[in-house]
Amino acid sequence: MLASYGYGDGSGDYFITIDTDKCDGCGECVSACPAHVFVVVDEDPNDPLREEPVAMVAAGKRKKIKYECGPCKPASGRPTLPCVEACKAEAISHSW
Amino acid sequence: MGGEEKREFWRWTESNWRNPDIDWKNARYITVGIDVGSVSSQAVIMADGQIFAYGSMRTGSDSPNSARNALAFALEATDMPGDRMDYCVGTGYGRVNVPMADRSITEIACHARGANFIYGPQVRTVLDVGGQDIKAIQCDEKGKVTNFLMNDKCAAGTGRGMEVFADLLGVSINEVGDRSFQVDEEPEAVASTCVVYAKSEATGLLRRGWSRERVLAAYCRAMAERIYSIVRRMGVIPEFAVTGGMAKNRGVMERLMPLIGLKRMETEWDTQIAGAVGAALFGYALCQKGKGREK
Repeated sequence: MLASYGYGDGSGDYFITIDTDKCDGCGECVSACPAHVFVVVDEDPNDPLREEPVAMVAAGKRKKIKYECGPCKPASGRPTLPCVEACKAEAISHSW
Repeated sequence: MGGEEKREFWRWTESNWRNPDIDWKNARYITVGIDVGSVSSQAVIMADGQIFAYGSMRTGSDSPNSARNALAFALEATDMPGDRMDYCVGTGYGRVNVPMADRSITEIACHARGANFIYGPQVRTVLDVGGQDIKAIQCDEKGKVTNFLMNDKCAAGTGRGMEVFADLLGVSINEVGDRSFQVDEEPEAVASTCVVYAKSEATGLLRRGWSRERVLAAYCRAMAERIYSIVRRMGVIPEFAVTGGMAKNRGVMERLMPLIGLKRMETEWDTQIAGAVGAALFGYALCQKGKGREK
């Protein structure tokens, strides 16, 4: 499942997408993110029949994700995002 | 003081229903799904995975009470005692506040599952336009979510916005769709779908002499465009189905479908109950797997 967390507003679309078929809930993204955007939960509330843990964007971060991610996204010379780099399963992507 | 009584134009029809072909006494598992949304609450009672009864009503200011009331309303249509229930799943915005729920599951999973049931397994894209948010969901033939996107930061283009407009214009919400087509020429969409801005814009248009129908047409078009912007971001795979109260508003739906370029599926069921149907079906699946309530 491609789970997109975030929002779109007049200034653009801001979504972090987690491919839950690739995610095994290892939690590397949780420790890699300086803004503590990710959490790992034992039961996926979007997929009640799933057995293993899964990463998701914390509920309190979804509506301000543009600002939470801002420090990792300078206008020029943007390095690889720490969450994307930390995820060995390549399950995380950003829409902006 | 004379004059007419103050009408509540936003008030949509609350309803409950019981399936006369099902006898609950023959059912192995009675599962209940309760969807406490931002605007409406539904309780669906299922007997072995078939809809036995449901109740749909407005959410009050108190989530636990809204859940209790919706369930009581559904039970009212039946002769079944409330304690016959084997398992209860809560969903919707107020899902953590459903006192009788054994488990809560997000409305995303429940709407996909519910749409799969009420529209059939051909559904691949589900658009849920609820009271306060818009969800676009892709699912497989079993109703399992494969892709989803939700915008709950802003209530533009949602049911609550339509209620505000119905009240502003003094047009009953059930008539909004038909009335919005009673215009000589389709106007341009209002510039903003933000409920607050759109309301002030509409007031301005009325003062300039626009008819109520024309304002409704302009607003319905703006809602359709706003909804489309969210659907387009995820992409649409046919068959396409709409759930939630907005599916009943042809003013928005008939302006949305040409943008998408597809037909939407039709159903006999009330589109507002999809989330609660999905919740009850998950309850049934959990019971069958032996993960139900311990007896």
